[in-house]
Amino acid sequence: MTEDEKPLGERMKLPWRQMPIGGTAFQPGSSTEYKTGDWRIIKKPVIDHKRCIMCLLCWIFCPDVSITRSPDQVEIDYYHCKGCGICSAECPVRCISMVEE
Amino acid sequence: MVLSLKELSSEELYAPGHRLCAGCGPSISARMALKGSRGPLVVSNATGCIEVSTTVFPYTAWRVPWVHSLFENAAATATGMEAGFKALTKKGLPNKHIDVIALGGDGGTFDIGLQALSGALERGQDFVYICYDNEAYMNTGIQRSGGTPLGAATTTSPAGKKIPGKQEYKKDLLGICIAHNIKYAATASIGFPNDYITKVRKGIEVEGPAMIHVLAPCPLGWRSEPSNTIKLAKLAVQTTIFPLYEVENGKYKLTMKIKNPIPVEEYLKLQGRFSHLFRPEFKNVLEAIRQGAKERWERILGLCGESS
Repeated sequence: MTEDEKPLGERMKLPWRQMPIGGTAFQPGSSTEYKTGDWRIIKKPVIDHKRCIMCLLCWIFCPDVSITRSPDQVEIDYYHCKGCGICSAECPVRCISMVEE
Repeated sequence: MVLSLKELSSEELYAPGHRLCAGCGPSISARMALKGSRGPLVVSNATGCIEVSTTVFPYTAWRVPWVHSLFENAAATATGMEAGFKALTKKGLPNKHIDVIALGGDGGTFDIGLQALSGALERGQDFVYICYDNEAYMNTGIQRSGGTPLGAATTTSPAGKKIPGKQEYKKDLLGICIAHNIKYAATASIGFPNDYITKVRKGIEVEGPAMIHVLAPCPLGWRSEPSNTIKLAKLAVQTTIFPLYEVENGKYKLTMKIKNPIPVEEYLKLQGRFSHLFRPEFKNVLEAIRQGAKERWERILGLCGESS
């Protein structure tokens, strides 16, 4: 693995003299790189697109920004979803089910 | 003006991959607040769950300029930035107006940051302070704060045989802020996103300080199911424990009318921190919670000129 391919967390393991002053992070939204999807225990949410009415409630309520929105449908980002189940609990037509992985 | 979900930008200023718990209420409150932004902005963050978990070096979950200084001075940092932008505008440097949002938890607002907040409100600086209230110091392991409600068990107000958790009522933070005669102050709940985002936008649009107190349930500290976060945020409003109202230029307005309040037990029984209240010896505490909620609700109704 070359230096550039390593995850940000590895690349920034610097001796204290080389640390950015104030611990500044220079890459906005870099946490996207970090996988939180493996925090899920047992169940993951699955959308039944046929019954979805695009109310966007799951999208706005997701604490992990793991529901992505396009003009005609919503998708779940399993790389970041922590499996809290808010989307499934709040769906007014109950089209998101928690399925065992 | 109520912003609908479809009108909101799909651009995420708050990125995924942060280390907050599954089902975190404060995370939802921070994301929704950024949805209410109108243009370039900077965020000043007090120490707390959001600060610690979104910016684990070298990662950051923010796509907007973000500053953390100390626990107590989110408002003071916001003040400084606002004054700085004003000075630069006089020199003709930024060609756009930059909004300043300060974000603090209940510990950093009710207790530790209160004097910095009071100072900033008194000076009439143009910024929005958002207090995400998860009702204890959750980041350090659930210690009681001024925002913890009566009867809640925390590690520093444990429920035992004699003591029913916290023995004092929650501080009326918004009342303190309104007493500074600020332009805009409101309570909000993450269970009602349109209402909350609209209030954030209103707070940004007014010239002068604005205060938003948002209830954000914490599954860890409230000992509730992560999937119940939004349900609890809604129930808090529907049981009249947390009334939603706003104060614009001294005029009170109820933003969520509750015709038939749900019994408070419905809200309490979903939370492990209140489980001891259902034991027969603590019946009086349950009654005190009910009475406290009723009195507060009637006081707010009176201020808003509504009848129950």
